Amino acid sequence: MYTQALNSSDGDDRGVEDVARASQFQARIDADERIEPNDWMPAAYRKTLTRQISQHAHSEIVGMLPEGNWITRAPSLRRKAALLAKVQDECGHGLYLYAAAETLGTSREELVDGMLSGKAKYSSIFNYPTLTWADIGTIGWLVDGAAIMNQIPLCRCSYGPYARAMIRVCKEESFHQRQGFEIMVTLCRGTAEQKAMAQNALDRWWWPVLMMFGPPDQVSQHSDTSTKWKIKRFSNDELRQKFIDATVPQAEFLGLTIPDPGMKQNENGNWVHSPIDWDEFKQVLAGNGPCNRDRLAARRKAHEEGAWVREAAMAYAEKRKSRQLAQAAE
Amino acid sequence: MATANIEVSETPLVLYALRRADDALILGHRLSEWCGHAPAMEEDMALANMGLDLLGQARELYSYAAKVEGRGNDEDKFAYLRDVRQYRNLLLVEQPNGDFARTMVRQFFYAAFADLYWRAMMASSDPTFAAIAAKSEKESAYHVRHSSEWIVRLGDGTEESHRRAQNAIDDLWAYTGEMFAVDDGERSLIEAGIAIDPAALKPRWLKTITGIVNEATLALPKSDWMQQGGRSGSHSEHLGHLLSELQSLQRTFPGATW
Repeated sequence: MYTQALNSSDGDDRGVEDVARASQFQARIDADERIEPNDWMPAAYRKTLTRQISQHAHSEIVGMLPEGNWITRAPSLRRKAALLAKVQDECGHGLYLYAAAETLGTSREELVDGMLSGKAKYSSIFNYPTLTWADIGTIGWLVDGAAIMNQIPLCRCSYGPYARAMIRVCKEESFHQRQGFEIMVTLCRGTAEQKAMAQNALDRWWWPVLMMFGPPDQVSQHSDTSTKWKIKRFSNDELRQKFIDATVPQAEFLGLTIPDPGMKQNENGNWVHSPIDWDEFKQVLAGNGPCNRDRLAARRKAHEEGAWVREAAMAYAEKRKSRQLAQAAE
Repeated sequence: MATANIEVSETPLVLYALRRADDALILGHRLSEWCGHAPAMEEDMALANMGLDLLGQARELYSYAAKVEGRGNDEDKFAYLRDVRQYRNLLLVEQPNGDFARTMVRQFFYAAFADLYWRAMMASSDPTFAAIAAKSEKESAYHVRHSSEWIVRLGDGTEESHRRAQNAIDDLWAYTGEMFAVDDGERSLIEAGIAIDPAALKPRWLKTITGIVNEATLALPKSDWMQQGGRSGSHSEHLGHLLSELQSLQRTFPGATW
């Protein structure tokens, strides 16, 4: 799950190597052709995509943590199995996306190191805590819902491996979204305490979820290049609007109140939200969200504590190889 | 009060199903604790996979126990509303994950047994058990392959991985004897052709274990002292903590539907 909040291409390094090749490349994009790993591409296109796909992969991997927090406490065996399978899916998405990013020439190890060192970003939504079981429902319903809004257009992204990865990822995400909504339905039809738990989760997640779509169009820069390259097909505000319009009736169905008393429907039928606190977004991106430190610490701990296991696997593979060589030489 | 522990009529057949279900649930739960924290993403996938297999086995076995018992219990009541003394799993499966070597040794000892066990149980005169066994055998065959490959890599990998794997074997060995023990109730099921005698599997289990341990340049402990108690509810201190986490929502919000 990921949205375009972090995506921006470098306006500066568009120093295109070869004008003729560049115009050919753009012609292919304009003709809706897919760019494949061995095709020529501008360095900035490669760089933008490497960053976007790897941020997406990091988001999947870090995104395992807030939901993983509830696997051992899931309230029924059916919910436990579904949640474990869901978090496993996210890991699969991460692996799949790292593989897509590797086709652009950077190894998974380098990309992961960038995340562990805090240099590379992941979706800011995962820096919020999961306090109750209702958070698991809300993440499925809203966070996966927002991710789908963003990822469906990415299925038509100009870069082939990314587009194909998105097709598979979207199928699983929409299943997760339905699962999350179903948890919310159960809570809202449950006891007063359960319903209050659901409302509280919506209150905490609503605004951070809206921030997932990124800064408003008038202040977000560089998106023109991504649009020209058909990496990005809708603006942040367009996607955010689509998401809100889809979500309002769902909240009504659940009998929950969206925590925005000033939200009004305009003459086109769109729900217009109140101003978003972009300072909060900036703070979370800067590392000051409620869980930034915990998330990175958990990933680093897994990485460091797993080092001896990975080393053992390498050492064993080496030994085996040299034994086979020795045998063959006999 | 809805928070109270359920009462279970532990007829030999119900008890038999609960013991196997508890093994699968508790080991599956332990594996699920790794999710998001494994040494490599591939292992996150594999451990979750095996956890899901075991969880699936537990659910089928609990449901069958509920049906046989016929007192209105169900899979969730068995899992969430029994306390530590009512749990009937092997001591082996409740042992904490520890490092990756310990998790793999625990998995290997159990899976190498479960694979033989379920394969033999496919011949059970009880068609439900035979069907559960057929599915579980396929799954445990993968669990054996996965864990035995890791035992070899760790044992024959680096000095550190060798030391960790050997420590895990030394510490967990005493929990393996319980897998082959049978009480009078279970004996009656074996005589009726419903269950199989696990003691008969021991030579083959030992052969698998010895083969892999030797290949891994590791050694089995000399001690043959074996801990017992899980099957009758005398557990290690670890299980209570696992259950307090597993059962927390059901205990906090009694009677709610999730």
